[in-house]
Amino acid sequence: MAEEKKGFFKGLLNKFTADASDTKVEQAEEAIPAEPKEKKGLFDRLKQGLTKTHESIIGRIDTLLLGKKQIDADVLEELEEILITADMGVKTTVELIRTLEQRLKRNELGDGEALKAALKQEISDRLAQVNSDLDVSAAKPFVILVIGVNGVGKTTTIGKLAAQYRRAGKKVLLAAGDTFRAAAAEQLEIWGERVGAEVVRHKEGADPSAVAFDACKAAVARDCDILLIDTAGRLHTKVNLMEEMKKIRRVIEREIPGAPHETLLVLDAATGQNAVSQASLFKEAAQVTGLILTKLDGTAKGGIVVAVSHEFSLPVRYIGVGEGVEDLRRFEPQQFVDAIF
Amino acid sequence: MFDALSDKLESVFKKLRGQGVMTEDNIKEALREVRLALLEADVNFKVVKDFVERVREKAVGTLVLQSLSPGQQVVKIVHDELVALMGGDEDNSLDLAAKPPVSIMMVGLQGAGKTTSCGKLARYLKSQRRKPLLVPADVYRPAAIEQLKTLGRQLSMEVFDSQADQKPVDICSKALKYAELSGFDTVIFDTAGRHQIDDYLMDELVHIREAVEPREILFVADAMTGQEAVNVATGFNDRLGITGVVLTKLDGDAKGGAALSIKAVTGKPVKFVGLGEKLDALEVFHADRLVSRILGMGDVLTLIEKAQSTFDTKEAERLQKKLKKSNFDLEDFKAQLQQLKKMGSLESIMGMIPGMGKMMKQMQGAQPSEKELKRIEAIIDSMTRQERSNHQIINGSRRLRIAKGSGTTVQEVNQLLKRFTEAQKVVKQLQKLGPKGLMKGMGKGMGFPF
Repeated sequence: MAEEKKGFFKGLLNKFTADASDTKVEQAEEAIPAEPKEKKGLFDRLKQGLTKTHESIIGRIDTLLLGKKQIDADVLEELEEILITADMGVKTTVELIRTLEQRLKRNELGDGEALKAALKQEISDRLAQVNSDLDVSAAKPFVILVIGVNGVGKTTTIGKLAAQYRRAGKKVLLAAGDTFRAAAAEQLEIWGERVGAEVVRHKEGADPSAVAFDACKAAVARDCDILLIDTAGRLHTKVNLMEEMKKIRRVIEREIPGAPHETLLVLDAATGQNAVSQASLFKEAAQVTGLILTKLDGTAKGGIVVAVSHEFSLPVRYIGVGEGVEDLRRFEPQQFVDAIF
Repeated sequence: MFDALSDKLESVFKKLRGQGVMTEDNIKEALREVRLALLEADVNFKVVKDFVERVREKAVGTLVLQSLSPGQQVVKIVHDELVALMGGDEDNSLDLAAKPPVSIMMVGLQGAGKTTSCGKLARYLKSQRRKPLLVPADVYRPAAIEQLKTLGRQLSMEVFDSQADQKPVDICSKALKYAELSGFDTVIFDTAGRHQIDDYLMDELVHIREAVEPREILFVADAMTGQEAVNVATGFNDRLGITGVVLTKLDGDAKGGAALSIKAVTGKPVKFVGLGEKLDALEVFHADRLVSRILGMGDVLTLIEKAQSTFDTKEAERLQKKLKKSNFDLEDFKAQLQQLKKMGSLESIMGMIPGMGKMMKQMQGAQPSEKELKRIEAIIDSMTRQERSNHQIINGSRRLRIAKGSGTTVQEVNQLLKRFTEAQKVVKQLQKLGPKGLMKGMGKGMGFPF
């Protein structure tokens, strides 16, 4: 059996090195859209994507402060509601308000502008505490496991990440670990073709750990820089599915020491307070090391970024502020806060 | 956090004992709790504001009844108002009374669960003796068409052969014609996920609507959606005039407050709820159950209904008799577990029991999963009849034999026995309390005998 597998992989490897990889990669290079012309500048794009978040927080604070000369306890109570409704999370909000109350007692909050400045500073402090960059050259292959509940955009995110890494000249392998949802593997394969990354897949209904196993072997054998492993969406409250995910992790750990080097939890920005519960249970079960926030563009609220990253001390690695590949962006706390305020 | 609304209110109202009437002043704090609780459940803040106002009007001046604590009284008002907001006993069934083929359009944001819901809905309609055709009209997301086709194969139902290079509107009109010729009486259109502010894609939906004149336009919403739910639902409703809502992913621990917001701002009823990944996990919506869930009161009704439909009545009676006779043995323990298994996944049942939501968090890991249940069964099956009726005779060597027989370890056998003795204790307590006490015990979330 083991012999057979080796043979199979060698065969696959030969096949790819012989023809597929060369031609495929060439094709793919053309297929990836060139780095977007920075007509508007990255910051403006970000700002545009966060317009609604800005309106839902700052817009309402401005309305609240309209005609008020003094900041008092009532104002702070209203502010508390604004923050909660921006999906900032109850715990983080209560904490923020408490800090502001102390500042108010020290007479540091003279007027509305001072209040806004103080809020901005408190929020960026909380984000900066936990954020650091993801260094994908730290290992080879650098294994990234992508997890999350159903419908948050795991597969799409992987496609976009793969496109970005390919653009940076990395050799990327994708593993179709979602063997449950109908046509999930096909979806990933289409991405693979688009960006020029090979895809390891099994039949629908196969054991996802087996896919992870094969993918790890293949990533080493094919000398890949980055291995992105997709998983099926699972609700964090389902014990058996969380166990399945732990098994995938165990298999990866065994096959490549030190892997997965990054376990990314994908969260949908439109999610409300439930994101906190998701982060807590996934972190516990799969040792999440970073977050990706998708669908932040247009109408979603960004408050949940602050809540989750702060409450769980997890860095936000990427945020999705649009449909395009380049709209999945590295998260810069300061820039993010600037764009909201 | 949320399970505690009733508890929180209780403590707020402790001070109120001895006062005759609820006044503006003495319920202020309670209303703040209600407000925060609803916000925490993702109900939109504007909806919450109006709602709390209504509760205030109802509550002020109400006599504090002797039989109910003030906390319970407010919870009751909140509960009744929420049910009224959700449409109460309104008829939520699909309106398909038109000349066939009748069209149903599924719309919503990306990742809400439209395609899966299409499959579930098709299965439901088939069980209602209709003959639906599934039409994939999502040409944007890679492999979306393939996803619906796969679901169709699983259900042995026909899926229209759409191609990703066709225009969605063309696909839909062609599919409708095809359905007419081939004798389908219902057509379900699965559209691509989109933002309500994406004018181009929203126009496309309007064109599809004009082409197929749907009887139902169902807005598919993720139960986990936060404050944003209102804007999304309004956006879709304004452009398309939705006729109902499918609330998905309610099998998680989200409160589903989004449903309240959607109903409040659009006035459109929730028609179905999605409760799992499998294709049979779609249920007709009941307002009072969702409200109980939001208030952390537990979905007792669903549980009872589920229990009634799956519980073997005779077996239940036997168990009840046994319970009375107080010789609850391992055989009963197993029977009880088996009954539970029939009712569906243990996690989903636990969630329905009042107070269990909180318990579940504490019990993470302690509660048996489906797999564990199988092991427990194996262990009990490996015991002799004598051992099952009197667990005290199970000594060391018997334990070893049982472990070997069931392919488990002695530790696991020990664990099971420990769990069983605990269950036995609970059963004894319940017997002391009698049938009324049983319900009370359940209310406190400690009554489930294992």
